Amino acid sequence: MSKHKCVEIEDVVIRFSGDSGDGMQLTGTLFADTASLVGNGVSTFPDYPAEIRAPQGTVAGVSGFQLHFGSGEVKTPGDYCDMLIAMNPAALKANAKWVKPVATIIIDSDTFDEKGIQRAGFKTPDPIKELGLETRNILLSPITTLTKESLKDSGLDAKSIVRSKNMFALGMCYYIFNQPLNFTEEYFEKKFKKKPEFIDTNKKVLIDGYNYASNIHAVSNIYKVVPSEQKEKGTYRTISGNQATAWGLIAAAEKANLPLFCGSYPITPATAILEELAARKDLGVKTLQAEDEIAGICTAIGASFAGNFAVTTTSGPGLSLKSEAIGLATMTELPLVIVDVQRGGPSTGLPTKTEQADLNQALYGRNGEAPVIIIAASTPSNCFHYAFWAGKLTLEHMTPVILLTDGFTANGSQPWRIPSMKDYPEIKAPIVPEGTIGYQPYERDEVRLARRWAIPGTKGLEHRIGGLEKDFITGGASTDPENHQRMVDIRAAKVAKVKDFISEQEVIGDQYGGDLLVVGWGGTYGHLVSAVNKVRAEGKSVSLAHFNFISPLPKNTEEILRKYKKVVVCELNMGQFAGYLKTKFDNLHLLQYNKVQGLPFTVTELVDNFNQILEGK
Amino acid sequence: MAKYTQQDFKSSSEVKWCPGCGDYAILAAVQRVLPEVAEQLNYDKERFTFVSGIGCSSRFPYYMNTFGFHGIHGRAAAIATGAKVANPKLSIWQISGDGDALAIGGNHFIHAIRRNIDINIVLFDNQIYGLTKGQYSPTSRLGIITKTSPFGTVEHPFTPGELVLGARGTFFARSLDAEMKLTAECLVESAKHDGAAVTVILQNCVIFNDGTHSEYADKDVRADRTIILRHGEPMIYGKNREKGLVLDIEHMCLKSVTIGEDGITEDDILVHNAQNPDPGIHMMLINMKSPEMPVALGVIRAVKDLTYDDNVRDQVLEVQKGRMICCVDELLNSGSTWTVE
Repeated sequence: MSKHKCVEIEDVVIRFSGDSGDGMQLTGTLFADTASLVGNGVSTFPDYPAEIRAPQGTVAGVSGFQLHFGSGEVKTPGDYCDMLIAMNPAALKANAKWVKPVATIIIDSDTFDEKGIQRAGFKTPDPIKELGLETRNILLSPITTLTKESLKDSGLDAKSIVRSKNMFALGMCYYIFNQPLNFTEEYFEKKFKKKPEFIDTNKKVLIDGYNYASNIHAVSNIYKVVPSEQKEKGTYRTISGNQATAWGLIAAAEKANLPLFCGSYPITPATAILEELAARKDLGVKTLQAEDEIAGICTAIGASFAGNFAVTTTSGPGLSLKSEAIGLATMTELPLVIVDVQRGGPSTGLPTKTEQADLNQALYGRNGEAPVIIIAASTPSNCFHYAFWAGKLTLEHMTPVILLTDGFTANGSQPWRIPSMKDYPEIKAPIVPEGTIGYQPYERDEVRLARRWAIPGTKGLEHRIGGLEKDFITGGASTDPENHQRMVDIRAAKVAKVKDFISEQEVIGDQYGGDLLVVGWGGTYGHLVSAVNKVRAEGKSVSLAHFNFISPLPKNTEEILRKYKKVVVCELNMGQFAGYLKTKFDNLHLLQYNKVQGLPFTVTELVDNFNQILEGK
Repeated sequence: MAKYTQQDFKSSSEVKWCPGCGDYAILAAVQRVLPEVAEQLNYDKERFTFVSGIGCSSRFPYYMNTFGFHGIHGRAAAIATGAKVANPKLSIWQISGDGDALAIGGNHFIHAIRRNIDINIVLFDNQIYGLTKGQYSPTSRLGIITKTSPFGTVEHPFTPGELVLGARGTFFARSLDAEMKLTAECLVESAKHDGAAVTVILQNCVIFNDGTHSEYADKDVRADRTIILRHGEPMIYGKNREKGLVLDIEHMCLKSVTIGEDGITEDDILVHNAQNPDPGIHMMLINMKSPEMPVALGVIRAVKDLTYDDNVRDQVLEVQKGRMICCVDELLNSGSTWTVE
């Protein structure tokens, strides 16, 4: 069948890139889905501009999607790619630095005309030479022309035909990496149920792309990643971080036996959580697209007061706007989850790029002494787990929880072994039953220090709460000096108590100390663990403590931090977690590795850094 | 005999407004009217929930023996909206002032109205900031001298009713703090109305803006300078009920006339139709200014329309009728999956 030699490899990184209207996100997602469905480990990284359609052909308008798939578990989307698909000169220019020294680049040669090359800002007529890519295996293919040829009898208009060229490129990739077409074909059938003319045309372009790649000599080998046999048994699916967050919240509502209410305002990169929840009316989820961020959280606080499990979802600028209301939820001691999908800041910053720079805002961004519980998810799929935990902790401890994710984790996706809800714990909110005599709104249980939740509409439990300082017992407004001190203390103690209810911090690597401990938190997990494993494979003593529970920290945190000769805190900000750890524990000597470029770490730079530290440089 | 009395709605908190504040009369009117609301709508007391923002008026929930939530500045409408969507059986009363509802909370105010969420918004309009001690508000008259406008304001005020109609409000009523019976009447209608119901109560701040409504609210002029509107009744007012409103076709505006003069009879007087979906006449009534025209009081607009909370509930029920996913386990296993044996 194939005249090309098939080479078996461990893993591959592919980067699709083109104009923001070229459909690169979809192309990449379809490849990732197929790779997952045949049983590969997959990790994805969408990298796109803030503009929906930036000026065509310019570097600013380039949209990219990187995916890494391998036979075993894949923890990062990869630093550099083995194959780059560049649908125009600008895409080549924007992504040249991410191409491995030995890599294949597929180029739509139709777009590499004088005009296109100029628009991309090249100084010479030879972009490949100008970028120093001559040694790469360049596949110049007239993808636009071939797509037009493929669909010339389809009856589609010219615009729709050209728009299908991403499927031609996808077909080529499927051939080169030995992937089946059927999952993508099934996608077309589902997607275009109401526009059946697009089913056959898309299938045709996909197959023509596939066949084209099999016919040309420029492809030297084709590659196969054989899925590993050692996977844990079970049913798997692909899931993105935002989807997992939404589902984790729904799961918490189910376990708490409470309706889920989400009040939110659309904001990149958090919007998909609201969209996902809005689609779940079948499970009774109520979503309210509010008039602004403040209304988002305030509707949620109203819903929480009225007895729902309430959440609000946002990104950094929205978290700023919600600050005062988070204080209100802290003061009224109501359950509330605030999801912050972090992006590059400050201000509008880099809306579509990732960063971890909202940690200080989550920790300290309120007036008064207003501690909250803070949790951070660390992979796309564990957003489910930590969203569930955010729900459990807020409902059982009666204080708001901020769940931090980030653009990288939220938009990235990976295969996920589907858990069973019977393996998740119950959630028991301290709801006051009807008929309770002598309810005092601010009386609390001794174990968690949580007050009890009396739901409006329950006979005999009428009470008033609000943002004024509360009397220690009755919850009535109080300006008494001692009472204020006592209330500030108890709100802090309540958050601190949570450490008795969360798991201890784990260390990957040397449990009893060693040369270097790498400390991370949140969405950098994949890169950190990959780098640590790489350095360990060289026989060096490097370990990783990656935190998901930020406030309070797990009980054994200090013990771990003091066990290793050197500790380096790696984060995508200028040292916020390192600074926080120093406020918690005296005389800690912490090294830092920080980056704020709107991009994830690369494993390569981390490995270099760890080696330098180990060598005492 | 009614199920509840005024006493049932009084909380044990000491009322801390300034002596002579118009808020006392409003509080008494509300406490007096709730037993009637409960009776007419067959509500149990625990369904009443009072939500407020910040300001003198926003202390209100503490004085009611009901569920109450004292929120943050301007956000009462959003908090009330969330509470109603989450728990639709509640009878929600949002207590706000002109600063809280129309300045810092203006956005939430118009959107609660636009959505037609079934809450009762009671807006105490004293045209001043009281709790911060005397700065001008969005309803203060142009030129008013206050602590932050020592040379007079240079900005035009809102007419709250105009804003309500602009936000496609379905219910608008207006009363005076001193007119406790009329206030009660408006609030009963507000409670009965399905949707966002705004009742503005023109209220006097004795400390910082004393007499701001005197021109039409003082007892000796009130009959001649205000008109109480009731659905289906002619728009007649005046001490001797000798004046009325007609439509001046030539100028496309309302005109005050005297019955018996210029051949005008009672039959010429407009009959109030609060239920007219067209807001044209309602807008004219809301914008009548003293002394040329009487200030309109009573229920000016009460139009039936779908409510947000009903729509949310109905949509959930509709989707659930044909649902394929009934629990989280089914959700997690929906769509494309694969199995490792």
